[in-house]
Amino acid sequence: MRHFDGKCLSTRRALQPHFRKLKLDSPFQPRLDALNLQQAWYDWAGYKAPSALWDEELEYFAIRSQAAVFDISPMVKYRIEGEDAEAFLDRLTLRDVTKLKPGRVHYTAWCDDDGFVLDDGTLFRLSPTRFRLCCQERHLPWLLDSAPGFEVEIEEETETVAGLALQGPTSWSVLNAAGFAGSEKLKPFDIASFPHADGEVTISRTGFTGDLGYELFVDAKNALPLWDRLFEAGKLFGVRAIGYHALNTARIEAGLIVANADFVTAEHAIRQDRVRMPDEIGLGFMVDLKKPGYFNGRHAIENARKKGGPAHVLVGLEIEGNVPAEHAIVYHRKTREVGLVSAAIWSPLAKRNIAIVSLQRDYGKDGTADLWVEIYAMRELQYVRLMKRAKVVPRPFVKLDRRAATPPGAF
Amino acid sequence: MTSFDAIVIGGGHNGLVCASFLARSGRKVLVLEAESEVGGAGRGLEFAPGFRVSMAHLLNRLHPEIIRVLELEKHGFAPPMAVASGSTPTPNPSPQGGGGLAAVRLPQDLDKFEQEAATSSPSPLRGGVRGGGTSLAPNVVLSANADPLVLTGAYGETLDGISPAGAREWAEVRAQLFRYAGILKPLLARRPPALGGMALAETAALAITGLSLKRLGKEDMRDFLRVLLMNVADFVDEGLSDDRLKGLLAFDAVLGSHLGPRSPTSLLGLYYRLTGEIGGLPGAQLQPPGGMGAVMAALRKATERAGAAIRTGSAVGRILVENGRAAGVALADGEEIRAATVISAANPRTTFVDLVGSRHLDTGFVRRVQNIRMKGHAAKLHLALDRAPEFLGLPPEHRRGRLVIAPSTDYVEFAFNPSKYGEFSPEPAMEITLPSLDDPSLAPVGACVLSATVLYAPYALKEGWESGKPKLLEAILLVLERHAPGLRKTILHSELLTPVDIEQRYRMPGGHWHHGELQADQMLMSRPVFGAEGYDTPIDGLFLAGAGSHPGGGISGVPGMNAAKRILGMKA
Repeated sequence: MRHFDGKCLSTRRALQPHFRKLKLDSPFQPRLDALNLQQAWYDWAGYKAPSALWDEELEYFAIRSQAAVFDISPMVKYRIEGEDAEAFLDRLTLRDVTKLKPGRVHYTAWCDDDGFVLDDGTLFRLSPTRFRLCCQERHLPWLLDSAPGFEVEIEEETETVAGLALQGPTSWSVLNAAGFAGSEKLKPFDIASFPHADGEVTISRTGFTGDLGYELFVDAKNALPLWDRLFEAGKLFGVRAIGYHALNTARIEAGLIVANADFVTAEHAIRQDRVRMPDEIGLGFMVDLKKPGYFNGRHAIENARKKGGPAHVLVGLEIEGNVPAEHAIVYHRKTREVGLVSAAIWSPLAKRNIAIVSLQRDYGKDGTADLWVEIYAMRELQYVRLMKRAKVVPRPFVKLDRRAATPPGAF
Repeated sequence: MTSFDAIVIGGGHNGLVCASFLARSGRKVLVLEAESEVGGAGRGLEFAPGFRVSMAHLLNRLHPEIIRVLELEKHGFAPPMAVASGSTPTPNPSPQGGGGLAAVRLPQDLDKFEQEAATSSPSPLRGGVRGGGTSLAPNVVLSANADPLVLTGAYGETLDGISPAGAREWAEVRAQLFRYAGILKPLLARRPPALGGMALAETAALAITGLSLKRLGKEDMRDFLRVLLMNVADFVDEGLSDDRLKGLLAFDAVLGSHLGPRSPTSLLGLYYRLTGEIGGLPGAQLQPPGGMGAVMAALRKATERAGAAIRTGSAVGRILVENGRAAGVALADGEEIRAATVISAANPRTTFVDLVGSRHLDTGFVRRVQNIRMKGHAAKLHLALDRAPEFLGLPPEHRRGRLVIAPSTDYVEFAFNPSKYGEFSPEPAMEITLPSLDDPSLAPVGACVLSATVLYAPYALKEGWESGKPKLLEAILLVLERHAPGLRKTILHSELLTPVDIEQRYRMPGGHWHHGELQADQMLMSRPVFGAEGYDTPIDGLFLAGAGSHPGGGISGVPGMNAAKRILGMKA
């Protein structure tokens, strides 16, 4: 086992250089810089990432009608490898990792001792003993402090592994044209490796859009050739780079949540009532009490459930009208405050006004009547206050058959 | 195969006490000891042909309830007779017009002592310095610049070698110390208050009650709270002018912890020492006849008599956990022994990290356990001498006391300074006993055992103990030679145990005899860590019972007794 001394801060700092530069460049930065006509950037986990490159609506429609390329290199990534990697992750995360086969991905989350969610993310099983954990926040100290007693090596690979999301109905056609033979066999949540440059690229059928799509991971030094390979092959399939605004619209339609946007992660929360258990943010399905071993937060989650479950629920909401209700307060009978909207859009695909919302538990059941959303719409330096009727609806708001069709649709 | 209700891991004194209490309540108990002999750091070892000694060499806090309930006297343990000499065991009058006498409530009544003194058969403890009375070991402060100061009785009821003014100061300070230590005593004897689900105000109220502050007058209460977290150096400067007395108190306050006399909160260590009692005498100490090994032998007999089984040479490899519950243990050789209750008197970090394994625990909890501060700072010296040493200016009869080389606060503080930076003290402070004077069986005829606890010897010595150990030994011997000229020539054999040696020999991580620094942040409900306080653990059916738990180390047996009471109380 590679030994990490829990006290050795300098080692940990050396492993996480993200804070040394105000905004790190992505391995794809030269391509993004060239395409970012808007010069609209935001900070994603310390990286300079595009909010929009040229037109966020057209970027959105690239996801739904063409093939969109979104740089996911800033996503935090860890290599977790060793004889006990499976056992380590089984103890760390909520789901049963022994059921995750090599060559598969699952969406999971992990909690602190009190059962509050530290983050959600995707766990890639690259081989029987090698995993990649992808997430929103940095967790190296937590992972290292979880490691004593396990034969496991943990390495931060956020900086060294570049990633691209290729999403949209023509995305497989782009892969095919780029020469990734066999990629048609990938079912949702499958992983396979393909030769690329002097190394390889790992392609998974995953994404954050609810559409047909793939995520490609490559050694940072081979990042630019991968970009060029996709854009060359994708010319006739409408391949287009996109920024976060477009992606955010698609993810809300898909009903997916974002850590520290739709819930506050346990290590970020300053106020003690802001932390959330999995059951409170729609991740209760991950909690696998049947798995034989212990996992972080298990006692706390079991105890909370015994006491009737935690106080909140996270649900989808459909709101009348067409004004997005971002960060609006939700009322019962127009008077009693029962929740808050964390993400909201007018859905271009569903043609509905949708929202992701956290509600007090009793008001979050399907069919709860008399829910209202108070929207303040700024209209030329004046707020227009709208009280709009809302109802709890199932997520995802948009369900696309092509997302799961195997073999994928060809163009 | 016999089945057991409870398995106790570790046959140190706490493990034995816990097993005895459980067995006396009808539980079928098995004690598993890794070594060939029980007793832990109290067991006697032959360190040179014919010379025996134990790590722990003084008895000053074995809890009276343990002596009484386990009937240790029947099993060979002879406590001193408290008041047979007719002197009062209580401190001298306090500045509050005799209030001090009333404020110190002795846990046992005096009549009983007198009765016992009158009826018990002559013990080897009889005939000590206070003719016909106790055989309490006096404290002797050795100083290169002054005559030795001798504190006789229970922690200096009387002084020898000091001016009348100095003696008066001491009487006041001593009374004050015992009054204040007496307030903390119940808190240190009981299970620590639980914080779970309790409002801060309630907790505070409970703490106040726990401290029995109401027993104090208003002025005393204020002063108690004022000095509670003080450093011992400033405290002794307030009331004393004799350097030797200050040095002794400073030494006793920091003994066994990584603090110097001027480190904040160091006074707490002195309170901890003074909450101990022997034979109903707070602050008293003795060198048990037969050495500490004899006390351990009595405990072993009591444990077996109570019905518990003891298996030595049986190191536990891991604690079996099934569905979040303790299910038994697996020995290092693979043998599994099952029981619904498992009690670990081993070190808390060893228990959770090595025996349970982090996969059964929450990461944050393991993080706290890994961060328990437990790097020892004391070394132990054993010398086999061909005759009893003579100390400058010390009447020979006082050699059977506890000889302390800590002639001033500054001496101890100077000794402490290098240890902050990973170096040992070039002029170490130490407490010395000559156990074979009281019990000749510990050494060949005419020869003598010298046993010394030495400050400071940091566990993580910067230069490493391989090269550092001979240098520390030389430094210690230079100091000893200064106080007992000619001693070096009489050394037949020497054994110096650094914290690293102590760690290996006694399975004490960090070589720390409290199994975790005994400072404010690792006391009460924070001992050993939140989540394992009050002898419970996150694993159902697994309990802690060692010095790493509240109240801490020393041969008290309190963690073991309290753990047993907790377990018995849960089922009742």
